[in-house]
Amino acid sequence: MRQFSFSDLLFLATALEWTFLMAAIALAFGVPVGLALALARTSGSAVLRTVATALIELIQGIPLLGLLMFFYFGIPVLVGKDVPTVVAVGAAYTIYTAVFLGDIWRGGIQAVRQAQWEAGACLGLSWLQQFVHIIAPQAFRIALPATVGFLVQLIKNTSLASVVGLVELARAGQMISAGTFQPLLVYTLVAAIYFTICFPLTTWSRTLEARLNGAR
Amino acid sequence: MALVEIKNVRKNYGTLEVLKGVSLDVEKGEIVTIIGRSGSGKSTLLRCINALETINSGEILLEGQSVSAKMDGLRQMRQKVGIVFQAFNLFPHMTIEKNVTLAPILTGKTDKQGARKLALSVLERVGLADKLKAYPEQLSGGQQQRVAIARCLAMSPHLMLFDEVTSALDPELVGEVLKVMEEMAAQGMTMVLVTHEMNFARNVATKLVFMHQGRVWEQGDPKTLFANPQTPELKSFIGHHAG
Ligand SMILES: Nc1ncnc2c1ncn2[C@@H]1O[C@H](COP(=O)(O)OP(=O)(O)O)[C@@H](O)[C@H]1O
Ligand SMILES: [Mg+2]
Repeated sequence: MRQFSFSDLLFLATALEWTFLMAAIALAFGVPVGLALALARTSGSAVLRTVATALIELIQGIPLLGLLMFFYFGIPVLVGKDVPTVVAVGAAYTIYTAVFLGDIWRGGIQAVRQAQWEAGACLGLSWLQQFVHIIAPQAFRIALPATVGFLVQLIKNTSLASVVGLVELARAGQMISAGTFQPLLVYTLVAAIYFTICFPLTTWSRTLEARLNGAR
Repeated sequence: MALVEIKNVRKNYGTLEVLKGVSLDVEKGEIVTIIGRSGSGKSTLLRCINALETINSGEILLEGQSVSAKMDGLRQMRQKVGIVFQAFNLFPHMTIEKNVTLAPILTGKTDKQGARKLALSVLERVGLADKLKAYPEQLSGGQQQRVAIARCLAMSPHLMLFDEVTSALDPELVGEVLKVMEEMAAQGMTMVLVTHEMNFARNVATKLVFMHQGRVWEQGDPKTLFANPQTPELKSFIGHHAG
């Protein structure tokens, strides 16, 4: 049996990089796909709306753990060769993020009155100009608290990647705890790290929400 | 050639026929007011002119060009037609200056340097040159409506449409908006407006159109029609709205 030491702290820090990397991948790919889904859900085309709605409902109906399993074990079977863990896990988090952000942003876009689109159209602006300059800034403001709230969920949920062997923060804690037999110390430390990352985000999201409710 | 030619236009929402063969010409420089009971199709007619609504039959020509939501140059057409609604529909997240200059900049009518000058000149016309940096929510309803007018003016429109632009305003704010519209009329702007302001219809308009049940029921010189309505419907309408 060994004592919890500085090298364990370093190990946690390295694992934390994976936590952030997963969140970063999820955002980097999930944000554009989420935006596309939100636009499809609010578009004039019934086909696009139906496809996007079906996708969102389907994915939201699957637990994140199920998504991870599917991508980790299923994709190699489907494509017929090994897929790096980061890719499989990254894909699962990307689609998870895209679907939730897509739904949050759809709500934001729909909360902007139709007359705002019309005002832009009447001035001779294109659909894209109307969206970028008139609708998106208002929709984003409305959806920002929920978006930040989702970010907190995402960071906490990166811990699920441990089930397919990715050594992120939670899994690293588990390993150190097993080696040192100091679970209370180690898990308290891990929890404190999650808290330190998420608490400012949660507070920020609350502030944004309060400000939004105050205005208009 | 009239600036706007509306030829036998029919429009229905599902089974409800809202415009039942409307024909109307608007000459350059004319001030046409449309009056009529609620539900008679006034707003729909106005919205057909810049193709916000699709007509079912007939034709609308603007400067000789047939107007529809599918036309080539729909956006160019709309850049020539300003429209102001009862709800001002300003962009709440932008300053007044940005509200007024957004479309001119995006459509290439002005560059960023010229935009400030343009904003000042159109806001001056509506008496709000000091509000450049304000946001819409900081303005009164009358001021917001004047900004909405300025936003259209910044596009140098050939035609202005107004749909009951004073109806949502507190009575004491109506005058300032009407004054701006009178000045535009005096400067030769072609205007079509739906309004309940009978004094404006009588004294400023060059043509009065009375709509009833989706039809142009009567039209002509405002003073003549007010003094001498030909149909019992217009007579009763004027009776209700006089004074
Ligand atoms: N988008 C719409 N869908 C269905 N019916 C509509 C729509 N817009 C207007 N109508 C109907 O068309 C008729 C004319 O409406 P409108 O042109 O707004 O009249 P007005 O402006 O003279 O009050 C009304 O009966 C109204 O209920
Ligand atoms: Mg109306």
